Amino acid sequence: MKKFLALVLTLALCLSSFTFAAVAEIEDVKLGVILLHDEDSTYDLNFINGVNEAVAALGLSEDQVIMKRNVPESNECYEAALDLVDEGCNLIFANSFGHETFILQAAKECPDVQFCHATGTMAHTEGLANFHNAFAAIYEGRYLAGIAAGMKLNELKAAGKLKGEFPLMGYVGAFTYAEVISGYTSFYLGAKSVCPDVQMKVQFTGSWYDEKEEKTAAEALIQAGCDLISQHADSMGAPTACENAGVPNVSYNGSTLASCPNTFIVSSRINWAPYFQYIVNQVAAGEAIATDWTGTIATGSVVLTDVNTAAAAEGTVEAIAEAIAAFEKGEIKVFNTTADNFMLKGGEKITSYIADVDTDAAFTPDTEVVSDGYFHESEYRSAPYFDIQLDGIELLNSKF
Amino acid sequence: MSERKNNTNHEPLFHLAKRSVIPQWRAWLIRVAAIVLGLAVCGIVAYILSDKLQEGKKTLADFYYCFIKGSFTTNRKIWKFLKNMAILQCISLAVTPAFRMRFWNTGAEGQTLMGVWGAIAVAFYLGGEIPEALLLVLMFVGALLCSAVWAVIPAIFKAKWNTNETLFTLMMNYVAIHIVEYFLVVWVPSGSSSLGKLKYGKLPSFGHDYLVIILIVLLLTLLLYVYLKHSKQGYEISVVGESVRTAQYSGMNVKKVIIRTMVVSGLLCGLAGYLIGAGLDQTVTTESVGGQGFTAIMVSWLANFNPIVMLLTSGLITLLDQGAAQITQDFGVRGAFPDVIIGIILFFIIGSEFFINYQVIFRKGGHAAKEGAK
Repeated sequence: MKKFLALVLTLALCLSSFTFAAVAEIEDVKLGVILLHDEDSTYDLNFINGVNEAVAALGLSEDQVIMKRNVPESNECYEAALDLVDEGCNLIFANSFGHETFILQAAKECPDVQFCHATGTMAHTEGLANFHNAFAAIYEGRYLAGIAAGMKLNELKAAGKLKGEFPLMGYVGAFTYAEVISGYTSFYLGAKSVCPDVQMKVQFTGSWYDEKEEKTAAEALIQAGCDLISQHADSMGAPTACENAGVPNVSYNGSTLASCPNTFIVSSRINWAPYFQYIVNQVAAGEAIATDWTGTIATGSVVLTDVNTAAAAEGTVEAIAEAIAAFEKGEIKVFNTTADNFMLKGGEKITSYIADVDTDAAFTPDTEVVSDGYFHESEYRSAPYFDIQLDGIELLNSKF
Repeated sequence: MSERKNNTNHEPLFHLAKRSVIPQWRAWLIRVAAIVLGLAVCGIVAYILSDKLQEGKKTLADFYYCFIKGSFTTNRKIWKFLKNMAILQCISLAVTPAFRMRFWNTGAEGQTLMGVWGAIAVAFYLGGEIPEALLLVLMFVGALLCSAVWAVIPAIFKAKWNTNETLFTLMMNYVAIHIVEYFLVVWVPSGSSSLGKLKYGKLPSFGHDYLVIILIVLLLTLLLYVYLKHSKQGYEISVVGESVRTAQYSGMNVKKVIIRTMVVSGLLCGLAGYLIGAGLDQTVTTESVGGQGFTAIMVSWLANFNPIVMLLTSGLITLLDQGAAQITQDFGVRGAFPDVIIGIILFFIIGSEFFINYQVIFRKGGHAAKEGAK
């Protein structure tokens, strides 16, 4: 009996020390977050919300997170990273594309600290054990949002309310950059999956955040006869223009329902909380963080806001739910190169495409990304590299 | 006499009079008092705006400590403080010669940005193809040339056609920003408009990475002081600033002085641009100068256009800046909050200059005005 008791006690001790150890480990994580702007930018707000959600889910204390706002893409970013190291952070995250080379510099100097960078492209070629990239397969979210757009166009068509002979969408883009091209193309393909004769015009602004330019671009697209507008830029410019003109809008980064109750349909966004949870847990467990992490619908990283039933077509909620189920089963490939309507201008099909996956000074294409009948977006690295111009999409300006 | 009598009957509660002389110690007392008062008001505003203060999670002492914590609590912060101060000082020195001439150059932002762009353009096209030492020299030449051109264009228009230099130099800032935007599109075919850190063209360092920059700016401060106070050209600048007519009567070629001084300003902006481009960032963005071209105007003015005193004012502004950043971090508040804090303190500092130059005289019996007018 004594022996048994001793055994039980020892076991209990072991178990308790084990649980204590695990708790102690997550308490040892200190996360530093470097942000390009602050809450006033929808892009940065989305990251801040992600951090807060993850902190709440993991039960981290306030002292375990430091946020540095308004850090420019310069030597200041490197300084900010090292200052966070001085403050005891062992996990540092930066959110802007231009931060990458400066974070890389800091990562080389501090091999014991883990550095994670959203939207970057260099982790898989740099080969540093403590530098990681992350992004989400947001093209899947854009595709879902596209379905909502296509259904709205069908409704307008049935009611005879189209401005022209065929349904026409307008898209306000920031730059002619793969992230934007991948986004508007998947949005277009989503719409086309339910509204086969849809076409799209894209107007670029040359800036990620320029409220005036984005508003002007949206107004120009509405003038040009677009029945619906979507955008990839971070201000309220395009949604506001839509609300003023009474044109339906599919938004990005978060809901714009409050300001646009009559025209907001739905918005896709990346939810960064799962990634923050993942990296904190990995550091707590002393395990390696993936070099390139791509969030998906399944990880909860690609999400849609609630559909605004006041503006959306009937059945939108159900159609999106169906498509999500199909995505989860792997039945939908957004960039299905064998699909009838997936072709270059002039009708040529795509059977092979060498994309620029590995970053080099000359931006040379290096990796075959089409196989098994589809374009493998965000598989060879997390940041998007789809930059093909498809038939049915007209770029009004491409100087950016 | 009868006029004065009438006046005293209708004398307002208080009026302002220009001070003729004020001892230096009194002037500084007013300035320090203003800063203290400004900080006190900041504390009140912070209390109103910050949840953490109201909930008692942080104290006002934490709030004020941020100004020290932001710049001095670690070696890295001290170096960063000195580096940021040096860059701001350099741009402030650049605007000073023109200001002493009463040429209101509001274009230091663009002139410095063109310097950064010039240096980086050289590194972008020639990096790796020529020896690093030669590259650094050519980057230096590129930076100085671009900035000087940017500064001299408005100067020529001013000298030849008497255009308004304030508006002209201001507009040139936007042209410079768009030039940088344009080249980022051309240089980065992937479309991200983000050049990233270049591999070549890094200013060599000894001791600490920032030591070279700090020493260069210190040396420059002394040189400019001597140039402005003890050289013939510096004297000419002062005379043109006092009165263009006087300068003309004494046989100075005013147009030449204006253009030459703006070239000097431009060259100094170019040096600042070079220090940012080759010494720190090794890249260029539209934000490379980050508004310091405008802040420099205030730094220079607060120092009464004296390069040595400017070390104090650029240090003060940098201290406030880093303190404000620390407040955002420690109090978890958004970017506009530190701007409010800095704004309040600057408001008080600028206000103090008014009280140094003028005095308020309250009505006191019938003879107050007479007393005060002394």
